Amino acid sequence: MHPSGWPPALSAVRLHVVSGKGGTGKTTVAAALALALATGGRRTLVIEVEGRQGIAQVFDTAPLPYEERKIAVAPGGGEVRALAVDPEAALLEYLEMFYRLGVAGRTLRRMGAIEFATTLAPGLRDVLLTGKAKECVSRKDRAGRPVYDAVVLDAPPTGRVVSFLDVTRAMADLARVGPIHSQSGGVVRLLHSPLTAVHLVTLLEDLPVTETLDTVAELKAADLRPGAVIVNRVRPQWLPDRSVAAAADGRVDAARIRSGLASAGVALAPEMIDGLVAETVEHALHVEVEAAAMARLRGMGALLELPNLAEGVDLGTLYELADALVAQGVGVPA
Amino acid sequence: MSSPPLDVDALLDDPAIRILVCCGSGGVGKTTTSAALAVRAADRGRRVAVLTIDPARRLAQALGLVELGNEPGRVAGVPAEAGTAPEVLDARSGEPPREVLDAGSGEPPREVLDARSGEPPRGELHAMMLDMRRTFDEMVQAHSTPDRAEKILANPFYQTISTSFSGTQEYMAMEKLGQLAATGTWDLIVVDTPPSRSALDFLDAPQRMSTFLDGRMIRLLSSPARAGGRGLRKVLGAGFSLFTKAVSTILGGQLLADASAFVQAFDTMFGGFRERATATYALLRSPGTAFVVIAAPEPDALREAAYFVDRLRTEDMPLAGLVLNRTHPVLARLSATRARDAADELPGTSLAAAVLRLHADRVDRAAREDRLLTRFSRAHPDVAVTQVPAVAGDVADLDGLREIGTRLAADGPPSALVPADEPEPAGRP
Repeated sequence: MHPSGWPPALSAVRLHVVSGKGGTGKTTVAAALALALATGGRRTLVIEVEGRQGIAQVFDTAPLPYEERKIAVAPGGGEVRALAVDPEAALLEYLEMFYRLGVAGRTLRRMGAIEFATTLAPGLRDVLLTGKAKECVSRKDRAGRPVYDAVVLDAPPTGRVVSFLDVTRAMADLARVGPIHSQSGGVVRLLHSPLTAVHLVTLLEDLPVTETLDTVAELKAADLRPGAVIVNRVRPQWLPDRSVAAAADGRVDAARIRSGLASAGVALAPEMIDGLVAETVEHALHVEVEAAAMARLRGMGALLELPNLAEGVDLGTLYELADALVAQGVGVPA
Repeated sequence: MSSPPLDVDALLDDPAIRILVCCGSGGVGKTTTSAALAVRAADRGRRVAVLTIDPARRLAQALGLVELGNEPGRVAGVPAEAGTAPEVLDARSGEPPREVLDAGSGEPPREVLDARSGEPPRGELHAMMLDMRRTFDEMVQAHSTPDRAEKILANPFYQTISTSFSGTQEYMAMEKLGQLAATGTWDLIVVDTPPSRSALDFLDAPQRMSTFLDGRMIRLLSSPARAGGRGLRKVLGAGFSLFTKAVSTILGGQLLADASAFVQAFDTMFGGFRERATATYALLRSPGTAFVVIAAPEPDALREAAYFVDRLRTEDMPLAGLVLNRTHPVLARLSATRARDAADELPGTSLAAAVLRLHADRVDRAAREDRLLTRFSRAHPDVAVTQVPAVAGDVADLDGLREIGTRLAADGPPSALVPADEPEPAGRP
């Protein structure tokens, strides 16, 4: 049942792409991962690309502009910065680099021309976003050291992540020459190198696990590297393994519960005992579903677990999740 | 603060409701809920079509959707035949629904005879899965000459638009809904909406797509010399030609040429295209339509639900209520603290200790779910709500959908387990 932890190979990764089925908590996990990787004096950047301001919500700060800013301090002196990439702003940035648009650029944006251009070629949007991530990964300071020890990319959900990362295919839609094209070669090399890993967040439920397995296969077929599978919101199992099957089948000894409760000084009406029995059966069914889901994930490589937090996620619990990741080996080696 | 209950059976039985739209953010169980509502409505005697977008494999099998068809197909086993499936009982009264009683008593129900056959209504369920590309192709064919349609379908730019443009799925779901409604074949059409981060996409995407296909920008960019953009270019000065140059450098001349050809071929269709989107939008605002917003007891999902509820109000679209999926009501009145204290007194291996601890967890979970719902209800006190207690595992067959239907129609936990004379359990204010 126990997860396998973070293999050393993943510690060499510079670009951590995080995806997952909708509703699995991928943004929260991406934030916790950035925090975990920054632990011990590192500097990490978490990038958001879907224009939802999810990172700002998780870190409980004001909406992020299109610029890198410090968003949290990690244990041991590290820091996390965050960037919300806006594809339209990124396109304008490119255009500005090669053509002096001046005021016209802003006017065109207001008219919707920039949005239009990114809509016309859906791949363009992805190329701009991954291009920005690549620039952040390879940026160096004056001393020639990378500015970021690791970059975490909160990527689109599993249904779209492979096409999002398939820059080569997206480029086929675009011009064969020009600034974006010449830069895309470097992006492709980074995304397909051991410096990039795609982590998938899942819950121990049938559908998210199926989507995770499908995505791992798709990633491999596209020559991209699956990283860890991060199982989110794992709930404690209270029934011992030997009792689970019987309880899931509806066989719970009400008399034993009653006498047990009595010896702890709790006397409950028969309907309440029935209620406890019903809750126990549901718990057992749930444990079985989770065990089956976990069995399907085994063999998928690195497997990490994050506990369910009864009170939901806020900035404080984000540190708890980061600690849980560090305890399973997540970190940037010295 | 408690919300009024959503009476699902009254909604499903209301002959004035012809369209039920199920909205919500991704991962909240939208598709399952739509299917469960459709099965229940058919079991209760209505002739129902359910339009699903992207059902999980086993759910698709349960609905007989093994192969792609772009028209609804009859679902076997709905309504339930006597003896083959659990009887459908009214969740509130515990009795068979009125229609069934009436039919059984030999008396045809009043004023609900089928207009064509003059017989008592018999439920039917037809299900389909949206084929986005085919719906688009058919729409092109319906709106242009065969010649022109062929040109459009062969255009590489059309291939992009019809398969990977964000918003196409939403547009085509609306288009298909419009088509199904226009046939007049069904008493009730239940629509699942495309999986998206935001529930609002369903309303916004078709508009976005219409604007896009409207083509001012396409024309400006593809042939700026000829398009009616002279005034605009004057305003922008040299910046504009630089921009078009830059964009064509990035996108490539071929793409712009394809886009331009596409627009020229498409031009005559725009009227019909836009009109159609407008008509479907009007359908959504008509009194025969009801929206059901679906959420899970998670902050993100409920936040999306709240946005959507506000939006429906702004748009004058009729909201039936909120379905809160996968809740965990407490089934025994014992506070979490007391349960944990008692567990501490027992040997760790005892069954009672395990039961007390899992109960305590459940109380905490229910309390959190209640808090989230209360936050929603405070902001939207008049929105009717029904909670659907979680079932373990996946819904894989019609009986599973019927079980969800029963939970949808019931209000709160099974009453036998929560006697009214007991005090509220701690943690459930």
